[in-house]
Amino acid sequence: MIRVVLPAHLRTLAQVNGEVTVAVDGPVTQRAVLDALEETYPVLRGTIRDHVTLKRRPFLRFFACEEDFSHEPPDAPLPDAVAAGNEPFLVVGAMAGG
Amino acid sequence: MSTVRVLVGTRKGAFVLTSDGKRERWDVSGPHFGGWEIYHLKGSPADPNRLYASQTSGWFGQIVQRSNDGGKTWETVNNKFVYDGVPGTHQWYDGTPHPWEFKRVWHFEPSLTDPDTVYAGVEDAAMFRTTDGGQTWNELPGLRGHGSGRFWAPGAGGLGLHTILLDPKNPQRMFIAISAAGAFRTDDGGATWTPINKGLRSEGIPNPTAEVGHCVHRIAMHRSRPGVLFMQKHWDVMRTDDAGDSWREVSGNLPTDFGFVIDVHTHEPETIYVVPIKSDSEHYPPDGKLRVYRSRAGGNEWEPLTNGLPQRDCYVNVLRDAMAVDSLDSCGVYFGTTGGQVYASADAGDHWSAIVENLPAVLSVEVQTLQ
Repeated sequence: MIRVVLPAHLRTLAQVNGEVTVAVDGPVTQRAVLDALEETYPVLRGTIRDHVTLKRRPFLRFFACEEDFSHEPPDAPLPDAVAAGNEPFLVVGAMAGG
Repeated sequence: MSTVRVLVGTRKGAFVLTSDGKRERWDVSGPHFGGWEIYHLKGSPADPNRLYASQTSGWFGQIVQRSNDGGKTWETVNNKFVYDGVPGTHQWYDGTPHPWEFKRVWHFEPSLTDPDTVYAGVEDAAMFRTTDGGQTWNELPGLRGHGSGRFWAPGAGGLGLHTILLDPKNPQRMFIAISAAGAFRTDDGGATWTPINKGLRSEGIPNPTAEVGHCVHRIAMHRSRPGVLFMQKHWDVMRTDDAGDSWREVSGNLPTDFGFVIDVHTHEPETIYVVPIKSDSEHYPPDGKLRVYRSRAGGNEWEPLTNGLPQRDCYVNVLRDAMAVDSLDSCGVYFGTTGGQVYASADAGDHWSAIVENLPAVLSVEVQTLQ
């Protein structure tokens, strides 16, 4: 199972606490993880990536294993530690404010 | 006894205020959707417990919430707003073509007869409709498809379709307004649209009397007389008696004719309300005095209403969707400020009091009168 950490507002929207887990068949990529996440929590459709283009929303980032994968191709494999469930895939909202 | 429910959208959540018909004591429920911008929430005239709310965020985009119990509980419905066909471009701030991009819902207008049918005014300006209670949204492409669409340009707040008025006497007729394109009317249920901006004059655009390009802030109608409309334009308060075919200025003796809100008394079609704001570069009341102005003559002759409103050191704004009226015998008038106050008058504006203070900046106010 893939572990996913969502920002607080999306946890509220999805009515979950803490990490969520999703099952991914085949290669573990950003696209596969987000597809599985949206399949499990349809309310998240459109909140992380655009409904039509599936591009990441501008003020969100994807982190894992202390690296930024936001600009990696969506079909590039995520680290083995994420695929193995040892490390979470983080959806992070950009910090704003003073 | 009647109940009044005030629906307040703010920068950081929604609030539902309720009172009995005396309108003296108010219960406050909220924040609902705390931390999110709630541009607008509105109830269905056909089923007052059916509410729709536009929940938005710069990070997470658009969410649409629906309540079937008057705002006690909510459920998300579809948030997919996709422009019809190839979206094309409109004009950007610098005059260059810019692709049409959905950003948020500014305004929901539920059908007068069917709680599952709702019109949505969105940014970038377009009109969508659901006929299944929000499960699917489809654009009415004839509006953006009007030949002028590629020349529409955003106002400072964005290219938002913010006003939707449904004609209670003619289901095929609707009026809408867009900042900064102007006002439009359909007479065929939204299939085709006509700009209705003749008589408007805006010094901030290259041709002050152009067919489109005017920054209309708000339009209001009395249900008994849907051919008469009142408009708060960027500058100027305007009136039409022929459903928008021609407008004339009725700013009269207002201290400034810049502002955002305008509304009509429930029982007196010639009694209208505005909140003058000093200027487009100073978005606060003149002289630090928060004054509602009322005309009982359909414009031109205005009186300040100040009883109970702050008359010194007040520098809030009242945004375009933040005024509403109830339909009790003694008409209640309500408005919200960017300072987080919601003011109400239970006697048509003669006396005011803050029914809630210290909310986040208020974006919208709607009122339901429940039996």
